Amino acid sequence: MTKTSDRYLPLIGVAGLILFWYIGYWVRIVDPVLLPPPHAAAKALWEGMAGGKLYADFAVTTLRTFAAIGIAAVIAIPLGIVLGANERLYRSVEFIIDFFRSTPASAMFPLFLVIFGVGDRTKIFVAAFGAALVILFNVSYGVMNARKTRILAAKIMGASNWRIMKDVVLMESLPQTFVGLRNGISLALVIVVVAEMFIGSVNGIGNRVFTAQQMFEMPDMYAAIFAAGALGYGLNIVFLMIEKSFVHWSGK
Amino acid sequence: MTMTAPLDTAAAGTIRLGPGPDDRPPAHITVRGLHKQFNGTVIYENFDLDIPRGKFVSVFGPNGCGKSTLINLISGLIPIDSGDVRFDGKTLAQTRIGYVFQNYREALFPWMTAFENIVYALLLRKVPKAEAEEKVHKLVAHLGVKIDLSLFPYMMSGGQQQLVSIMRALVIEPEVLFLDEPFSALDYEMTLFMREQLQRIFEETGTTMVLVSHDLEEAVYLADYVLLLTRRPGRIASYPRVDIPRPRNDATLANKDFVLLKADCLEIFQREVRRG
Repeated sequence: MTKTSDRYLPLIGVAGLILFWYIGYWVRIVDPVLLPPPHAAAKALWEGMAGGKLYADFAVTTLRTFAAIGIAAVIAIPLGIVLGANERLYRSVEFIIDFFRSTPASAMFPLFLVIFGVGDRTKIFVAAFGAALVILFNVSYGVMNARKTRILAAKIMGASNWRIMKDVVLMESLPQTFVGLRNGISLALVIVVVAEMFIGSVNGIGNRVFTAQQMFEMPDMYAAIFAAGALGYGLNIVFLMIEKSFVHWSGK
Repeated sequence: MTMTAPLDTAAAGTIRLGPGPDDRPPAHITVRGLHKQFNGTVIYENFDLDIPRGKFVSVFGPNGCGKSTLINLISGLIPIDSGDVRFDGKTLAQTRIGYVFQNYREALFPWMTAFENIVYALLLRKVPKAEAEEKVHKLVAHLGVKIDLSLFPYMMSGGQQQLVSIMRALVIEPEVLFLDEPFSALDYEMTLFMREQLQRIFEETGTTMVLVSHDLEEAVYLADYVLLLTRRPGRIASYPRVDIPRPRNDATLANKDFVLLKADCLEIFQREVRRG
């Protein structure tokens, strides 16, 4: 019987956070200049997104993130399939993949700055670099972990190696590929926002957060933070939905 | 007429080594001089076997004796070390075979509907799509299958999925159908139902079938011949004929010949278990 009401449970946390924020504001935990009331941040968010500057920055960041994940996917998915299909080949580059996957992508900024200069390209390429390694890793494992029984089933029905690859192994790797894409886009967003804060940026959500903080326009800063959060959350949901319709059999 | 062939249950040491069953009907599959070892363990050594045409053979034996390995070697899922396997004198490559896996969840393709799964087997054999779909419809009608084939496998019960697997194996009209413990992942009720389905399919198609089973009752119930294997390295402990008329049903389970033959098989089985 609690089934319908359970759907609203997440709202309790949201209400709690807003309440907590108001209390902090009322009792002056910090200077109200630094912690404006929630409604001031909400107003800044609304005005900024409804045709304001924040919307333009939001759009730029979204675009950069998609550009990064697009480049990463185009490079990493085919490469991941090739590496996954040749396990010995994968093992021979596994260390390099794992090493750079563990390297904070932000540490690569200076290198990419030297190569691509200050501009969109650097931000997008660093994000693509980070996302590509995550996708590559997941696709390769998706291919390597294809169910042996399904491969045997296709083989015994007379499928050629090419058909087995195309019809079975590729399909088998799709759920894991989507996991890689979802993790990859989260990482790409993080890298893009960080890049927008520091390396000679004039726009993007990261730049907006940073500029607002420098100018002490605190409601604008909070608004930009929430916009970034909404973007990350929204991207995850969009990818989950694509995943659900595209690999409907995943986890079943 | 319903006398079961006498088994050599006499001395624990006597093991028949002939390749064929006791009454030697014409062979469909002949295995000669089969050798197979895994990591130094000999599974089969100079193994000979005849599988009669159009008959149902159940393979039964102690755990780890290589029951499944045997049909995997014959069907080419596992390469043989040496030896010769022929189907009517033809090689495996020249023969259409069907194979039903124990784990239907991992054998069917979940990205295809049940119908597409079955059609796919024909598409791989270069049958045009329209013709392939027609064939599947015919098979469905022929077997009187009453499940919704537009569903994806994961939407179906285990029994329905295994039935789809069997249909996928049958639709190419295989010369031989191998079944590797096809019902062991199903609950008892579904197992009984599927046994009947399989018996009906066998009677209607007359396809040579080789079933690996870990359930002696099921093995004897379905079989024309029970192939009893020894412990490793695998040899034929006995290969008795099950001379009980079809269609078999619940009454068969209480049939005197059935009970006697099952007891004989059990005795040989236990002798083999003790041997290890």
